[in-house]
Amino acid sequence: MQPAGFNFQQNHFQLFGLPQSYAVDATQLDQHYRALQAQVHPDKSAHLSETEQRLAMQHSTQVNEAYQTLRNPLKRARYLLSLQGVDTQEETNTAMPVDFLMEQMEWREAVAEASDVSVLDELEARLHRETRALENELAGKIDAEKNYADAAGLVRKLRFMEKLAEEIHAAYDEIDI
Amino acid sequence: MALLQISEPGLSTAPHQHRLAIGIDLGTTNSLVATVRNGISVVLNDDNGRAMLPSVVRYAADGDVTVGESAQAAQSEDPVNTIVSVKRFMGRGLKDIGEISRLPYRFVESLSTGSGQAASTGSGQAPGMLQLRTVVGAKSPVEVSAEILRVLRERAEASLGGELVGAVITVPAYFDDAQRQATKDAAKLAGLNVLRLLNEPTAAAIAYGLDNAAEGVYAVYDLGGGTFDISILRLSRGVFEVLAANGDSALGGDDFDQRIHCWLLEKNNLSALSPQDTRLLLTHARTAKEQLTDHAETRITAVLSSGELIDNVLTREAFQSMSQNLVQRTLQLLRRALRDAKLGVNEVKGVVMVGGATRMPQVQHAVGEFFGQMPLTNLDPDKVVALGAAIQANLLAGNRSGDDWLLLDVIPLSLGIETMGGLTEKIIPRNSTIPTARAQEFTTFKDGQTAMSIHVVQGERELISDCRSLAKFELRGIPSMVAGAARIRVTFQVDADGLLNVAAREMGSGAESHIAVKPSYGLSDAEITRMLQESAQHAQDDMLARALREQQTEAKQLLEAVGHALAQDGALLNETERNAIQSRIDSLNGLLQQADHQSIKRGIEALNIATTEFAQRRMDMSVKRALAGHNISELES
Repeated sequence: MQPAGFNFQQNHFQLFGLPQSYAVDATQLDQHYRALQAQVHPDKSAHLSETEQRLAMQHSTQVNEAYQTLRNPLKRARYLLSLQGVDTQEETNTAMPVDFLMEQMEWREAVAEASDVSVLDELEARLHRETRALENELAGKIDAEKNYADAAGLVRKLRFMEKLAEEIHAAYDEIDI
Repeated sequence: MALLQISEPGLSTAPHQHRLAIGIDLGTTNSLVATVRNGISVVLNDDNGRAMLPSVVRYAADGDVTVGESAQAAQSEDPVNTIVSVKRFMGRGLKDIGEISRLPYRFVESLSTGSGQAASTGSGQAPGMLQLRTVVGAKSPVEVSAEILRVLRERAEASLGGELVGAVITVPAYFDDAQRQATKDAAKLAGLNVLRLLNEPTAAAIAYGLDNAAEGVYAVYDLGGGTFDISILRLSRGVFEVLAANGDSALGGDDFDQRIHCWLLEKNNLSALSPQDTRLLLTHARTAKEQLTDHAETRITAVLSSGELIDNVLTREAFQSMSQNLVQRTLQLLRRALRDAKLGVNEVKGVVMVGGATRMPQVQHAVGEFFGQMPLTNLDPDKVVALGAAIQANLLAGNRSGDDWLLLDVIPLSLGIETMGGLTEKIIPRNSTIPTARAQEFTTFKDGQTAMSIHVVQGERELISDCRSLAKFELRGIPSMVAGAARIRVTFQVDADGLLNVAAREMGSGAESHIAVKPSYGLSDAEITRMLQESAQHAQDDMLARALREQQTEAKQLLEAVGHALAQDGALLNETERNAIQSRIDSLNGLLQQADHQSIKRGIEALNIATTEFAQRRMDMSVKRALAGHNISELES
């Protein structure tokens, strides 16, 4: 929500005092997050006026939102591109490379057929490796080349990978009874 | 050389009065109240030196209400009017209670308060929170819980000798919105100012973590009388961060009793027992369970109302085998929590055991085996939650000691909305750090559509019917446009208590409406008013005197908070602004001399409004301060 009177005009990077880039110093991000929450968390104003309590909730919510966005590589990339005015078209652009789509289908079948935890462990490890590789590629496209069109394509791919990770996660819960 | 003492910004240098705050563990089986006294968290005992208040309430025909031991003593003799384990019914409908036939109560189904619109149509209304029919009429679980809380509040007031600033009430981490709201309503009904609803495992982690200066990843395994929680936390210098929570709000020690109860029925070819006999056998089952913690076998003897003698020997082995799948279920939820936290078993540094049911040897053994380490048992599993709640209450009340900590908790269950085809679309995923919010835009489906209905659910499943319905509400007054042209932005805000609030705004006209989302299993305002009136009559209390006292306390707290803020950050205001606030302060001080709660209330509102901009500037400044680096007092250590 954009609460009335909320005057954080800064973007998430500015809020955390971090450079606006895909590469993020995770330790610094964590430290700044905690320093900010230590000031604005509703627990700090539970004994103050209703107004201060309401403001604290809004600010703390905003800090959480910013942190979740910057901490997650996919969300961070999407957010950076939106700051550049680039729409990642994840819902509308379905023109994916055929080999990528084929591979995705194979993945999904493998997840659906997995009958024990060790198979899922293996699938997850592979997914993790390939996701990392895509993220490295993305860092190059955004920070070094500033090629935002290519970056948007990688974000669309990573969205597929994220869905796959969610499916694997759900499959664990299914198998584990 | 003596170092100069420089206090942290935000910390008052003037010694101020210690504010009385309490922590309450409102348990399924027992409840406790604790407070911080001279810097140490202590459980407050009753006049007989007992810390635990059995969570049992008995309603007598003459209107007398007894709570605790004496009520518990009457449970076999008067089972219908003696309510035990009421926590299992909080925020629950009749269909949620699986073991109805085995419980000695007369349940009443009441209608939902969830949808104001549906009420006028009369039919098709969803069932609401169940009620229990007693000799003095139908009682909501909220009212029954309030009786327990009231006894604890009175115990605390007598022991501390003053007006309470507020209370932290603990809830199972896995409680959903309806259960949390019901708990908060019960506390209000008992005359408590709720500083925060705190998750039980988190409370335990605070008590344990601060006491042992713990650092690293900890698991809290909390098996209470009726609920199971597993929380995974990361503890680091001054920060308690919940990484994942999982659980089952209908799994606890009571279920182990039920297993023994069923075994007794089977052994003795019994069926369809009277409420008295059911309660009798359940009580014996519980005793047998407790006996088996220290003994290899136990003998159960009882005489039923028919004169039939029950005499069976239960071995620990047999008990463990009949309850094995209950323990297995907790381990399954444990694995899920670890997966959500993206952590392996070997990354967990310690396991804190909470809840009386963790005394069972099979539970200790299974958890120890799972983690490959002995669970930590150097704290009292019955008291640790109340102690942690009191520590947090002390902090929230503003009794800051200088070494503050930050608590980052999560929402345990995903929040979603219904989409086409009865499917759920998740809007806030489980384990999101709270407070959190999510805005979603909706549009119209038909030309000229001026209203739309939104259904909010909580749970992880894909089908709406498999999730818990929280609320249904209608947005009305949408300007008539062609289909898909209207844009309605709905904001779902989860506060630090884990409670949901919804606001909607039509983007074209900018018209904003706040929707009070009444949980489907909640209470209506009218019901709460009725309960307040009844409870005031019952206590022979004067409603007006109470309202006046409440407003006076609130006004004094506000004046103190504003005075403190002005002393600290008055430089943020120009003279005109400062004078405007001062005149509101003077007028509220004047109103305090008169005994009219309504005008004091208006004075409070006026001062709140007058300080809004000031509060905003203070907040902005503290944010800047947070990133500006470290302050002087930190450099000393």
